[in-house]
Amino acid sequence: MTEQPIGILALQGDFTLHAAALDRQGVAYVYVRQPEELAACRGLVIPGGESTTMTRLMDIVGLRQPILDFAAAGKPILGTCAGLIMLAARVDEDERRHGVHPLGLLDVLVRRNGYGRQVDSFMDEVAVAGQADPVQGVFIRAPRILEVGPKVEVVATWRGETVGVRQGNVTGLAFHPEAGESGVDFPIHFI
Amino acid sequence: MQTPWTDQKIQERMRLKVGLAEMLKGGVIMDVTNAEQAKIAEEAGAVAVMALERIPADIRRDGGIARMSQPAMIKQIQDTVSIPVMAKCRIGHFAEAQILEALGVDFIDESEVLTPADEKNHVDKWAFKVPFVCGCRDLGEALRRIGEGAAMIRTKGEAGSGNIVEAVRHMRQVQEGLRRLTVLREDELMHEAKELGAPYHIVLEVAKTGRLPVPNFAAGGVATPADASLMMQLGAETVFVGSGIFKSKDPKPRAEAIVQAVTFYQDPAKLLEISMHLGEPMSGLDIATMPEDQKMAGRGW
Repeated sequence: MTEQPIGILALQGDFTLHAAALDRQGVAYVYVRQPEELAACRGLVIPGGESTTMTRLMDIVGLRQPILDFAAAGKPILGTCAGLIMLAARVDEDERRHGVHPLGLLDVLVRRNGYGRQVDSFMDEVAVAGQADPVQGVFIRAPRILEVGPKVEVVATWRGETVGVRQGNVTGLAFHPEAGESGVDFPIHFI
Repeated sequence: MQTPWTDQKIQERMRLKVGLAEMLKGGVIMDVTNAEQAKIAEEAGAVAVMALERIPADIRRDGGIARMSQPAMIKQIQDTVSIPVMAKCRIGHFAEAQILEALGVDFIDESEVLTPADEKNHVDKWAFKVPFVCGCRDLGEALRRIGEGAAMIRTKGEAGSGNIVEAVRHMRQVQEGLRRLTVLREDELMHEAKELGAPYHIVLEVAKTGRLPVPNFAAGGVATPADASLMMQLGAETVFVGSGIFKSKDPKPRAEAIVQAVTFYQDPAKLLEISMHLGEPMSGLDIATMPEDQKMAGRGW
């Protein structure tokens, strides 16, 4: 039997960059846009993009509960940038104002666009737990992790600030390893 | 001497610019003229809004000179929504672009919808920290804009017409140009670059990859979910909807429908479901009978 593929949530965002990153490592993937497509996957990547758009579409197509069940079954999930916001428990703003209703799988408080607007986007080295060499972190209108719960492990830091977290089988990164040069092979460590 | 292609700092900055364009893929960018419309667009699932004083259909109707929007109006929209806010400057009007950058807009559209400020030169987009999107009608025009530092390309289409025919023509021209480059011999590429009027080194790169080095979106005439699907199937990675939403009878459901149509552009059953029970689209204009001086796509080169 061939190994099950990794699913990439492809409702909106940079899912093609994640696909290219998995391709380079010879990992099979499928795009997930509907619940039945998730059922065949052994792991899930939630890409960068706009979290308002993605949560809205996730609810319209009925993927919220299947993703929660997927996580509860212990299967690995990785979210980058907007993906981190979708995995978070709390978003530091008035939900009625912006309409992001996250999944609540990571006990963290995040602030959308926490580093500023696009003119404040930046690239810099990120230290990764268990890895000797830093990876290049691409921060694009990135979310900022403001608070981390007791069960949450810090897996990546930038200038001492937490930019990557893991809680059990769920990992969230504020930056885009898939959009960096040295960091393209990073996501797979979590899957 | 450093050129934009050898300057590491400029190239790093370019990756951040193209990075944002990547994040917008599979989404819909909607024209809005006030905070209330921006809110509707965000709630409907737009990935970004384009803040402008008059949508293209009204610019067309009113005539006169169309300039960059009032900064106060753009600011109000920035304060209302959390998604990226884009704004337009006139072709070649780098001072308008500098003001928009100071305002902190997330993307600048150097747009033929506004009255051009320069008949020869476009803005030197390498000089900016903010990314630019530019319109094109064919591959040569796309590659010239990329040569000037554009981080995203869109078809021009015919803005404010509600007619998809020009956007289709432009997208097909770009795709045909891309395919052609991949089959030419290497010793034919300099001549092809001359014919295209495009930078040789970008022609070489595209001949290898078969795709534009920056994301390629569609604009100019999208009015229905089917229009959005058509452009995506022809190779667009996202669509801009200008007059199509807020000139229709019932903007909110139309905005929501077009957002879903871009995600499910390859799924006719879903598209059918999405298209059911939508109100009337904007009324359209026939391009074939439109006087030449009213066409916007011919602005810029």
